[in-house]
Amino acid sequence: MSLNALWEYANPKKFIETTDRVLPWIAWGSAITLAAGLVWGFFFTPDDYKQGSTVKIIYLHVPSALMAINAWLMMLVTSLVWIVRRHHVSALAARAAAPVGMVMTLIALATGALWGQPMWGTWWAWDPRLTSFLILFLFYLGYIALWEAIENDDTAADLTSILCLVGSVFALLSRYAVNFWNQGLHQGASLSLDKEENVADVFWYPLLVAMAGFVLLFVALVLVRTRTEIRARRMRALEARERMQA
Amino acid sequence: MIALLARDMRLAVRAGGGFGLGLAFFLIVVVLVPFGVGPQSALLSKIAPGILWLGALLACLLSLDRIFALDHEDGSLDLLATSPLPMEGIVSVKALAHWLTTGLPLVLAAPVLGVLLNLPGPGFGWLVLSLALGTPALSVIGTFGAALTVGLKRGGLLLSLLVLPLYVPTLIFGAEVARRGAEGMAPGTPLALLAGITCGTIALLPFASAAVLKVNLR
Repeated sequence: MSLNALWEYANPKKFIETTDRVLPWIAWGSAITLAAGLVWGFFFTPDDYKQGSTVKIIYLHVPSALMAINAWLMMLVTSLVWIVRRHHVSALAARAAAPVGMVMTLIALATGALWGQPMWGTWWAWDPRLTSFLILFLFYLGYIALWEAIENDDTAADLTSILCLVGSVFALLSRYAVNFWNQGLHQGASLSLDKEENVADVFWYPLLVAMAGFVLLFVALVLVRTRTEIRARRMRALEARERMQA
Repeated sequence: MIALLARDMRLAVRAGGGFGLGLAFFLIVVVLVPFGVGPQSALLSKIAPGILWLGALLACLLSLDRIFALDHEDGSLDLLATSPLPMEGIVSVKALAHWLTTGLPLVLAAPVLGVLLNLPGPGFGWLVLSLALGTPALSVIGTFGAALTVGLKRGGLLLSLLVLPLYVPTLIFGAEVARRGAEGMAPGTPLALLAGITCGTIALLPFASAAVLKVNLR
């Protein structure tokens, strides 16, 4: 398949047809990998010698944080595609991804707080990573609010995609600004591929499965929501046509 | 462009007292803080740089919706859009006018309010410098937010929701300069970063604001 063939899916009809076939596989794949990863992680891994059983929240915390950031990245890419090539499916996909990404951010913040209470002795600390996630949450909030506020679909798509571009730059700036502003309590990256010291394999493999499950879950949710958006828009067009004829 | 700037300045100074409103708001915020946290001067002088920066930021935010709203209502914005001036130039002039009528008075008033909050002696210079460097960024970012929400009926609250997260880096570096200055530490690094943010936003954001404004006037 050449790269050009990818643009075929910008046709809403083609998109719906293809996702019709693919969606069940993704949805079931997500359910199975999530169940496998979480059951494996929760019941068949040893407790950490320092953290006890609280370590198991990693199977929710890390994948949701991963998806929270990647959802924004996906919105950035689809926004760019909308600005450059003006494919409606792309703009709708960005719109569909925002609430999912926002919930992922919330899950990451909430599980982090639940873990932080017994481990750090506090629900919340103004640590750079925590703070930048909270700021990311605010960006999601503003993005969604702007989508909701504008009535004309194309105007809304244009404005939100530009907001997404500008917001990405500022989100990145904020990430490094808070780094500068306060020292961290959060542990450093322990899942990098190029580091000597990483998380132990016993925890790593189920975590990998859980992350795959979250990725699939995200893809499935975004596909479902994008299809809903496409159909809602088609329905509005049909209703408008009916009113014209009546 | 100069004519537009002069016109915007005249309107801001004359019409409806919008000019002094930001300053009055700044004053009130600073007066209210001691009521909230107590009158201990040691505590006040510790939080003074942050409070002054936050107050200036909120005062800036308060006047953002005036940048385009009035011009949009009476149609002069459409007239400007059809003029030979590029849209980027228009939004830059609008941002400059906003800074001259809101940012600059805030910078000049800040030291006086610093006295109220018992700001330590070495902090005054750094506070004024950081505000003078940082408030242009606030105006430019705010112009982007104002351009985003220009056609909306109830854009005010949405404007704050959109703009405040964008203010985070400016606030962090600006308040850090003022704080380090007040505590007698070297504020060089955050000062350079603050200047970088201001230059970057002035150089790049007008393009985004212009694009957004074009969409909204379509």
